[in-house]
Amino acid sequence: MDILITVLSISGISAGLALIIVIAEKYLNNYGRCTIKINDDREIVVEGGDSLLSSLSEEKIFIPSACGGKATCGYCKVKILEGEKPVLPTEEPYLTGEEKKDGIRLSCQIKVKNDLSVYIPEELFNIKQYTAVVSEIEDLTHDIKSFVFKLNDPENIIFKAGQYVQIDSKPYGKVRESVSRAYSISSAPFERQTIELIVKLVPDGLCTTFMHEHLREGDKVTLSGPYGDFYIRDGDEEIIFIAGGSGLAPVKSMVADELEKGSRRKMVFFFGAVTEKDIFHMDFFKKLQAESPNFTFIPAVSRPQGSWHGEKGLVTEAVERYLNDDIERQAYLCGSPGMINAGIELLKRKGMREENIFYDKF
Amino acid sequence: MGESIYINPLVIFFASILTSNMVLANFLGMCSYISVSNEYKTASGLGKAVTFVMAVTTVMNFAVYKFIIIPLGLEYLRYIVFILVIAASVQVIEMVMDRYFEGLYIKLGIFLPLITVNCAILGISLFMVIREYDFIQALFFGLGSGLGFWLAISALAAIKEKMAKSKLPKGLEGPGITFIITGIIAMAFIGFSGIFQIQ
Repeated sequence: MDILITVLSISGISAGLALIIVIAEKYLNNYGRCTIKINDDREIVVEGGDSLLSSLSEEKIFIPSACGGKATCGYCKVKILEGEKPVLPTEEPYLTGEEKKDGIRLSCQIKVKNDLSVYIPEELFNIKQYTAVVSEIEDLTHDIKSFVFKLNDPENIIFKAGQYVQIDSKPYGKVRESVSRAYSISSAPFERQTIELIVKLVPDGLCTTFMHEHLREGDKVTLSGPYGDFYIRDGDEEIIFIAGGSGLAPVKSMVADELEKGSRRKMVFFFGAVTEKDIFHMDFFKKLQAESPNFTFIPAVSRPQGSWHGEKGLVTEAVERYLNDDIERQAYLCGSPGMINAGIELLKRKGMREENIFYDKF
Repeated sequence: MGESIYINPLVIFFASILTSNMVLANFLGMCSYISVSNEYKTASGLGKAVTFVMAVTTVMNFAVYKFIIIPLGLEYLRYIVFILVIAASVQVIEMVMDRYFEGLYIKLGIFLPLITVNCAILGISLFMVIREYDFIQALFFGLGSGLGFWLAISALAAIKEKMAKSKLPKGLEGPGITFIITGIIAMAFIGFSGIFQIQ
């Protein structure tokens, strides 16, 4: 009897409190219909109370966001023209003084409470949401897999080599939530109907665990893109690529795209791996190297276990040995923050100008 | 504890700021006290938010205890019920602030979820029951303890800011020196115990 009373009273109290919160939410969090004016030419009407990021995505306008609205990636910046509120402490770390002056804000932190007027760069309107089917999964190393997606709706994607898409995971096992994470496209832009992603398993990573362990060929997924400003800039300088692990993905797309376009630019790709077993797509790049006099592939292994004949040591050491002249170059780096920081530091020491160094950290 | 002696609410108020300070005398609420005390401005913001939430939740829990828990004979469930009430009221406070006190929300908003798990808040509600305070006493106790937390965390943050550039022995950096500072402040506060005491 006592147990029953205990259970009932606790449930009753919890239900009462939940009811209070629901009522409070209904009345306090109800900001009515708000109008968002976009780039002064389009107006959308949304239900207030949600973040600007999710209000816009409901209207099929996708602002890049790698963290899914937690103010930890700082990608979802938009410019607020009218209806701005003071900057929140959660946004502070991601905004420079100049950006604050210009009204740049994180759209995930802005709650739509009143009519707003915002500016969104035109290229973001290319971003679409796709449904796709997994058509191929391949093991590349012990913790890296490649996934090929056949796009269903819409059927074609237009992107610049080096850009990324965001894929939405589905709940699995004990994970109830759905998260979206960003992965670079590794297939070339001329393959319009399929995209390939190279994903490294992150221990306890929500989305990578989903992709590695729960995604099967034939499964449907939703993704959005393309995002990002990591793509090859025009010019005729030599290009060097530096990548480690799954950072190879955008480079694969970029190299294939340049060769397909018949570019005459000289390209050198330094790929860093721990052991020989961590190198993948070796045949792909060796083949490109054999076919094209302008492309060189230099893999570097930091802890060779067998009889490795190539470069030994960190990838940056291989780059350092190579950079011994003074010609103009552009550099594209993709990999872990540690590798990228070391790479940038080396390139600057070797006299490269900062505006010729581009990178994608993850 | 004084069953029949009625303690003046004002005495409770000042004692909970100085001699029975939640942080310095009872060592409750240490997690946010240590982690959010690197900058005076943020520490002071957290202090204000804690003061506000403490005063509100003490009153709420007093009502819940008197009108729900005692009549139903559920005294042994007070821990759970108090936590639920604190969590729910913080949520509602957040929504009210966001709607009607926007300036305040911008300054204190990010601290509110943090406060839900501050043990000093639960501590106040439990002490209030153990010490058999009436409504006015509980109100002054909640408010005073909040101000006490604000005072303690602001003092620590101000000292830490002054010390930021000084050289410390490696092993004492971070929490180590924070505990030593806290200990010294606590000892200084014992000096007030000649004036009034409630514990």
